[in-house]
Amino acid sequence: MPQYKIHVNGAFHDVQTESDTPILYVLRNDLALNGPKYGCGVAQCGACTILVDGRATRSCVTPISAIGKKKMTTLEGLGNPDHLDPLQKAFLDEQAAQCGYCSNGMIITAKALLNKNPHPSETEIRQALNAHLCRCGTHNRVIRAVQRAAGRLNEGLVK
Amino acid sequence: MKKEQRQPPRRTFLKQSGILLATFNLFNAGATAQVTPSTLPGSLSNNPSLDGWIRIQSNERILIFTGKCELGQGILTAIAQMAADELDVAYERIDIVSADTSLTPDEGMTAGSQSVEYGGIAVRYACAEARSLLLAAAAQKLNTTTDLLKVTNGVITNGQSQVTYWELSPQINLKRKANASAKPKPASEHRIMGQSIARRDLPAKLTGQAIYIQDLRLPEMVFGRVIRPPSYRAKLESLDESSVKNMPGVLAVVRDGNFLAVAAKREEQAIKAAKALRALATWSQSPDLPPSGDALFAHMKSQPSEDSVIKTVQSPNTPKNTKQFQAEYTRPFQAHASIGPSCAVAQYKAGQYTVWTHTQGVFPLRNDLAKVLRTPIENITCVHTQGPGCYGHNGMDDVACDAALLSRATQGRPVQIQWMREDEFAWEPYGSAMAIQMKAQIDDNNTIVAWHHETWSHPHSTRPMTDPSGSFLLAGWHLDNPVPIGKTKNSPQPAGSADRNAVPLYDFANQKILLHYLPKMPLRTSALRTLGAYANVFALESFIDELAIATNEDPIAFRLKHLKNPRARALIEWVADKAKWQPNKNPKLKNHGRGFAFAQYKNLACYCAIVADVEVFPQTGQVKVHEVICGVDAGLVINPDGLINQIEGGIIQSSSWTLKEQVRFDAQKITTHTWADYPILTFKEVPKIQVHLLHRPEEKSLGVGEGSQGPTVAAIANALAHATGKRFRNLPFSPEKIKMVLAS
Repeated sequence: MPQYKIHVNGAFHDVQTESDTPILYVLRNDLALNGPKYGCGVAQCGACTILVDGRATRSCVTPISAIGKKKMTTLEGLGNPDHLDPLQKAFLDEQAAQCGYCSNGMIITAKALLNKNPHPSETEIRQALNAHLCRCGTHNRVIRAVQRAAGRLNEGLVK
Repeated sequence: MKKEQRQPPRRTFLKQSGILLATFNLFNAGATAQVTPSTLPGSLSNNPSLDGWIRIQSNERILIFTGKCELGQGILTAIAQMAADELDVAYERIDIVSADTSLTPDEGMTAGSQSVEYGGIAVRYACAEARSLLLAAAAQKLNTTTDLLKVTNGVITNGQSQVTYWELSPQINLKRKANASAKPKPASEHRIMGQSIARRDLPAKLTGQAIYIQDLRLPEMVFGRVIRPPSYRAKLESLDESSVKNMPGVLAVVRDGNFLAVAAKREEQAIKAAKALRALATWSQSPDLPPSGDALFAHMKSQPSEDSVIKTVQSPNTPKNTKQFQAEYTRPFQAHASIGPSCAVAQYKAGQYTVWTHTQGVFPLRNDLAKVLRTPIENITCVHTQGPGCYGHNGMDDVACDAALLSRATQGRPVQIQWMREDEFAWEPYGSAMAIQMKAQIDDNNTIVAWHHETWSHPHSTRPMTDPSGSFLLAGWHLDNPVPIGKTKNSPQPAGSADRNAVPLYDFANQKILLHYLPKMPLRTSALRTLGAYANVFALESFIDELAIATNEDPIAFRLKHLKNPRARALIEWVADKAKWQPNKNPKLKNHGRGFAFAQYKNLACYCAIVADVEVFPQTGQVKVHEVICGVDAGLVINPDGLINQIEGGIIQSSSWTLKEQVRFDAQKITTHTWADYPILTFKEVPKIQVHLLHRPEEKSLGVGEGSQGPTVAAIANALAHATGKRFRNLPFSPEKIKMVLAS
């Protein structure tokens, strides 16, 4: 099996797998990362989303061979319970989850959105998250969380 | 041995929450589960031993055991709040062990919006009793009486000297039968109950810590996949699996009758091997599914049924000179459609199975696994591990059975199976299609004097332990020596299942409520959130709205005219006020409408009233639900934000069912495979929501998890009628159906 050196959450990792292996399984099973999750396998639900060079990317349809030297960031790379990313903090403040299985993709996509557009309107947030599915019905809380995080980011910029 | 193999992962998970396991003694909760019936409150009655619920730990923490499990509804947070308040300790001192057949009380299923009502009350009584035992011990030690003692965060004082729970705990014996002599605190003394405490599981979930069943990585663990038949009753005719056995990483191919599974070292290898097996297998199948679309309902009515009269009310005076009305409402098969397909991990070693599962009932699952694995329940341990949300019975139990069967072929190595998306859509048990015939008579005073509600439905519960003579675990049916399919039955009123909420809360002088229960399942069905209540409330609350309009009465005033229940009346009036309801008001804008609906879930749980504002786009047939205003009376509220989250989620789920959802099938097989075949409501489509809580802290807590779905569908239907002047009686309100009704 071919060898790959991949860059995830600030560090390099060596993995050995077939070239068509979706990066989702490498992140979850070789690197023991829990953020990206299997939901549909065909890029319809968004649960598996990661950042690849800052772009929100569906890891379930991205083979490891397509990654090359690009830098990947997963939910774990944003923050942990002791050092939360502003988006993770905002999701907690808004209690913007029930089962939480889809939260990974929403936080990651919101991160990509805020990096590009720190002042998104509610419509822009809904548009950005529209291809992320949530079954528990926490959509409005998620919108508020992203707005809250955007407010915080904006405050940060003012300082 | 059993303890050895089960504990390492459990420890890893528990360690992350700082739980001390050192003082554990395994005890058999099952042994206490069959005691003679008692009058103990909630789940205490079947699990009366106090030490089954609570341990006072030497690390100055409290360990609570619950048989209920976290589904994303926040139950573990609510239970910790109750325990902290009853014990007078800080919320942060409470740790919880949930739903483990070797550790926790047997509380059956986590279902029916009953966890706070039954599980919560048991914890409250157990903690109140533990506190009173600690106080008695303290009084002895401090040479005083209990009424002179105060407790703050586990420190008991009489003003001069003090002693702590942790010092006293060796002196009190919780291995005793609860007697419920110490009453839970009245609402006026609650400090933590009633507060919106943040969910204890969310920090881990929002930062990617290992908390889900999918995150369980046991040493030497391998991955499996199941290759399901192409249709429900297809038979595996031929398969040469030898080439697959030589594929990279493949460890085992299991073929037993129509059950076909593969295990491999890596997950993607298992997926590839399953794909190869699917391509190699030939199956025989026949077109044995009922017609889909509108023809389904006539077909259902023609099927053999078990008929019962759910309720009759007959007034001595036969109504005369009445106007007669009737209407029929339908709901298609609808899916749980969890975002994460079902998953389980199983290990088989020295005759013992350990199964990690996101089932909603570890004890019932163990019971049915024993039938399929053909081993005594003593050889099976089921440990609840959190999973993706589902709110009902999807593939969660079946995949546990799949993993257990496959674990016999992996030489003691644990095996994880997650169903593929298409497995979940095609094989999960759906919420049953339903047809509901409504009839009424109205007298000269515009009063409903006769009410007739008649429901046709397949079963709404085929969970484990439904029937001792069979099993509903999928793989069991497919084995060469199959475990026969169990016999289903409809749950009795007042909760009911297919007939849930078919009995009106309104005081109609004559009533007849009938159920035609269709025990055969051409499509597999089971519990989907609210069971039959979603469709029955849709019919009931649409029909009463139709009658109000037909008699030129305001829909809310018309309901109140027929309703004595004081809590229901108070809530409806309160919500009408919150929504600034204007009686008999025509829509302000063209194609906009406003509708109202109400229900008390199961006629037992929370009261919920809803006003929905919708807009119809006649050209495209699209419907936009702009806003939903909701009021809830749930008695004593343990966690207001948690409750609001449940109600909001219910409104969105119900809006999605109502506008979009139906399982598709042809004569032979399910044709819903991906989200493209089963769209659900998206971020751009969800309504804005206001939830208002009518606090009644003096009343007992009422379940809310399924409170808002019924009123939501009917409020949307009524708003559509308000907007268009037409009635929408066939779910879902898809663009095609909207256009068809508008053209009629």
